[in-house]
Formats: sequence, C-alpha cells, structure tokens
Amino acid sequence: MHDFLIAPFAEFDFMRRALLGALMLSLTACPVGVFLMLRRMSLTGEAMSHAILPGAAAGFLIYGLKILPMTIGGLIAGAIVAVGAGAVARLTVQKEDASMAAFYLISLAVGVVLVSLRGSSVDLMHVLFGTVLALNDDALWLIMIVLAVTVLVLVILWRALVAECLDPLFLRSVSKLGGITHQAFLGLVVLNLVAGFQALGTLLSVGLMILPAAGARFWTTSVLPMVGLAVVIGAMSSVGGLLLSYHASLPSGPAIILSSGAIYAASVLLGPRGALMPLLTRRTHRTG
Amino acid sequence: MTGLPFNPRTAVEMRDLTVGYGSHAAVHHLSCCFSAGSLSALVGVNGSGKSTLIKTIAGLLRPMSGRCHIAPGTSLAYLPQQSELDRSFPARVRDLVSLGLWSQRGLLGRHRAQDRDRVAAAISAVGLDGFDTRPIDSLSGGQLQRALFARVLVQDAQLILLDEPFNAVDERTIGDLVALIHRWQGQGRTVIVVAHDLDLVRAQFPQTLLLARRPIAWGATLDVLTSDNLQRARNLHEAWDDHAPWCAPDEVA
Repeated sequence: MHDFLIAPFAEFDFMRRALLGALMLSLTACPVGVFLMLRRMSLTGEAMSHAILPGAAAGFLIYGLKILPMTIGGLIAGAIVAVGAGAVARLTVQKEDASMAAFYLISLAVGVVLVSLRGSSVDLMHVLFGTVLALNDDALWLIMIVLAVTVLVLVILWRALVAECLDPLFLRSVSKLGGITHQAFLGLVVLNLVAGFQALGTLLSVGLMILPAAGARFWTTSVLPMVGLAVVIGAMSSVGGLLLSYHASLPSGPAIILSSGAIYAASVLLGPRGALMPLLTRRTHRTG
Repeated sequence: MTGLPFNPRTAVEMRDLTVGYGSHAAVHHLSCCFSAGSLSALVGVNGSGKSTLIKTIAGLLRPMSGRCHIAPGTSLAYLPQQSELDRSFPARVRDLVSLGLWSQRGLLGRHRAQDRDRVAAAISAVGLDGFDTRPIDSLSGGQLQRALFARVLVQDAQLILLDEPFNAVDERTIGDLVALIHRWQGQGRTVIVVAHDLDLVRAQFPQTLLLARRPIAWGATLDVLTSDNLQRARNLHEAWDDHAPWCAPDEVA
C-alpha cells in the first residue's frame, strides 16, 4: 500500500512538484468551474481554453518554451477573445455562444499555425497537452499567484456572482456591479486556464475546471458545499491521476482528467441527484 | 418594516418619454406622473410597452428621448417576470429572499442576526412558513411568486415595481399578494403593477395607465378602463412598421 500510494511522491521530486501544482490548481480552478457551470458557460470555458493558444504560441515563437512570455501571451489572447466575443454579443444580434465559437475557432487555427512555424510536433504536444511532471519553480509560482488572486476575487464578488447567476435582472436593478462581475469572472476563467495550461495544456486545463464541478452538482443543492466538494473531487483526481500516470506509464495530464472523469461518471450514477438514485430508493411517500 | 417618511410629492415623473429598441419606439411620447404613495396598474395588450416602461422606471433601459425622473434618494424594488429567474440554480427559498438584503448590506456588508430575522419574518408574511430550506426548483409557480414577494418585502423600498406578478398564480395566492400590495401602499410606498386581469384592476387599483405603445388614457381606473378606451388600445397596431415615417420633434404633443 505504502509502495503504491506514498512511495512515488516520497522518492521523486518531480512527483511532489506535480502533486503540489495539481492540488493548487484544484483549489483555484474548481470553484471557478462551479460558477462556470452554474452560469451555463461550461462550453464557454472550453472555448476560452482554445482561445489562449495563439497568445501562448506567440510567446513560444518569440522566446521559446519559457513560462512568462507564454503566460502573458495567453492572458492577452484570452482577454481579447473574451472582450471581443462579449462585445459582438452585446452590440449585434448574435448571441455570445456563436460569437465565442467564431473567435475561438480562429484562435485555435492561428495558434496551431504559429507553433508549427517554429516548433516541432513535440512542442505542439507540450502546448496542447502540457507536462505536469515537468513543472518548474516559475510554473508553481504562477499557479500560486493565480490561486491567491482567485480566492480573493471570489471572496469579494461571491454575493454578486450568486445574484448574477440566480437572477441577473434583479442584480441589475439593485446594483451596477453586474457587468463588472461578469468581466471579472471571465478574467478569472482566463487566469485559471493560463495557470493550468503549463501542467495540463490548453486542451485539457479546462477539464480540471469543469469535470469536478459537474460531478459535485449531483451531490448537493447549495453553492458553498458544491464548491467545497468540487475542490475535494479535483484533489482526489490529482492524486489518483498522478498515481495512475506513474504506475501505468500514462501521460500525466490526461490521467488526471480521466480520474476526474471517472468520479464524474460515478457521481452521475450514484449521487443523490443522479440517475440511479431515484430508481433505487423506496417508492413510498409521506402523507403530507 | 421601517416607517417611511413621505411628503405628498411626485415619486415618478415621465416627460415626453420615448423608449425602444433600435430605431423603433416601444413606448412613444409618454408624459405621466405617479405621486408618492399611490397604487397604479399598468394595462395594455401584449407588446404594448408595459414591461419596457417598467424597466425604464427601474433604470434598466435608457430613454431614446424625453426623461423618466424618480424622486432623488428613492429606494427601488423591481420584480421582473418569472421567466428571467434561473430556477435550476442551487438555492433555497431563504437564499432567494436574502438577495433582497442587497439594498441594505450591498456586496460586502455582513448579514447580521436581525437581517436573518427579517428574512424569516418576510417568508412567514407571504405564507411560506416551513419553506426556508426548500430548494427553489421544487416550488410551484405560486409559491415562487410568494417567495419573490418576500424578497421585495426584505428590500424595504419606497418605490415598488411589479411586472405581471399575478401570472399563472391561483386566486387565493392573488388575494394574498394583493393584500400585501395594499399593505405596502398603506405604509406610504408607491406601487406600480403590470396587470392583465381588468376585473382585478378595477377592483383593487385606484389608478391606471392604459398603454398601446403610446398612452391611451391615464387617471382614475374607472375613467380609464372604458370600453371606448379599451377599443382604441386594441385597434392600435402592435407590429413595428419598418417603413413608418420618422417621428419629427415638432409633432410632439
């Protein structure tokens, strides 16, 4: 048991770094994912994760595989797509889902073209799928800073975020914060995707955001417990995924996402609000 | 709820107000006054501009021309149509009603013991005792409407705007909600309600504004809801005409 669960982390520095990075990512990305899901923006998160690619690729093109330029590039690209898609949705008849899809498809194509201009297919794989087992100090610091910013913004904007999801028109009638909240939240999404892309890549960083949140939805009916549970599921997936990757020699990023996918599937089936529970519980009812 | 110091003055004044979407006016050249402490119904067929007008008063839409003036310092509670609320959101009745505390506590103010008491009292006042922790997705239409009225109660506002609050609600609930509305008016609050049921409006609302994208009549309810006026309101064309002539400023009455 010790050999299986503890030894990989005790023996190898790169495993401890990977664990620290993945746990911090769970702590920051999963709460953001819960709100993303409750705002019915899960697919927007997916789109945004592709949108940061050309920025990261431009950083890579100019400076090589260095975290700071790739991060800044990713943030800029994410911000352009978020603001651009939002502006098209507000100023024209097109809804945000369509404008977001248009922006991210263009971004993804530009990103892949940029990487292929200079890099090999190995580089492309790195940008698309990350390397959680090669997290350096810079990457860990980046994740830690994003974690601090995310917790701070969520604590400050919590009430506005809840109100904006539950009854946006009500929030608009009592406060001018609705627009700012939306923008700040999109900012958090981009920030967390950028934090995750070094470890999980642009294609999978959204997985640790959405899957734990989607799984937690089946177990609870309040927002705060849902956020806590999503973090726990994220942490369990991180540990499980890294162990799976170590013992079965699988790529680490996909192993983490697969682990949270397994927990999601179990939640769909077994959660109190899942698919099986209504069939398994007794078919009796109270008189009043 | 706290007492409200009110002067007999105007709560809402609209002067030559035009509001709309694109270049089309949904409410056209409306001038009208709601005095403080009054209870008024907004009546008109679908598409006559009632919701647009109430959103404008709530400050959610910007006038195309003219102005909509609300007495300075007036606190405002706006109850939108139910369809704008996400009922699948994981919230309990208590959470929904607590949103009303925003008016006093804002984004960061801590919810204190007395705030929780006010929320509980409001839930009880609308007849939802025992529903505190019920998820909102398990409420019936009438129960949800009662919960939303509890939120308005918690907001403790001087100007209350209700957009079709009696839709899909049974008679007993309507009776209870109307009693609450009268209580609010009795406390000196100004209440404006979008309503469809003309019998209800005749029986319960002293003043009425009849709209058909432009004002048809405004004043005492029984003088406004005459068969003549109602016929005129029905005859006005609902659809936007893309080839309608531009409204010249000197045509304004």
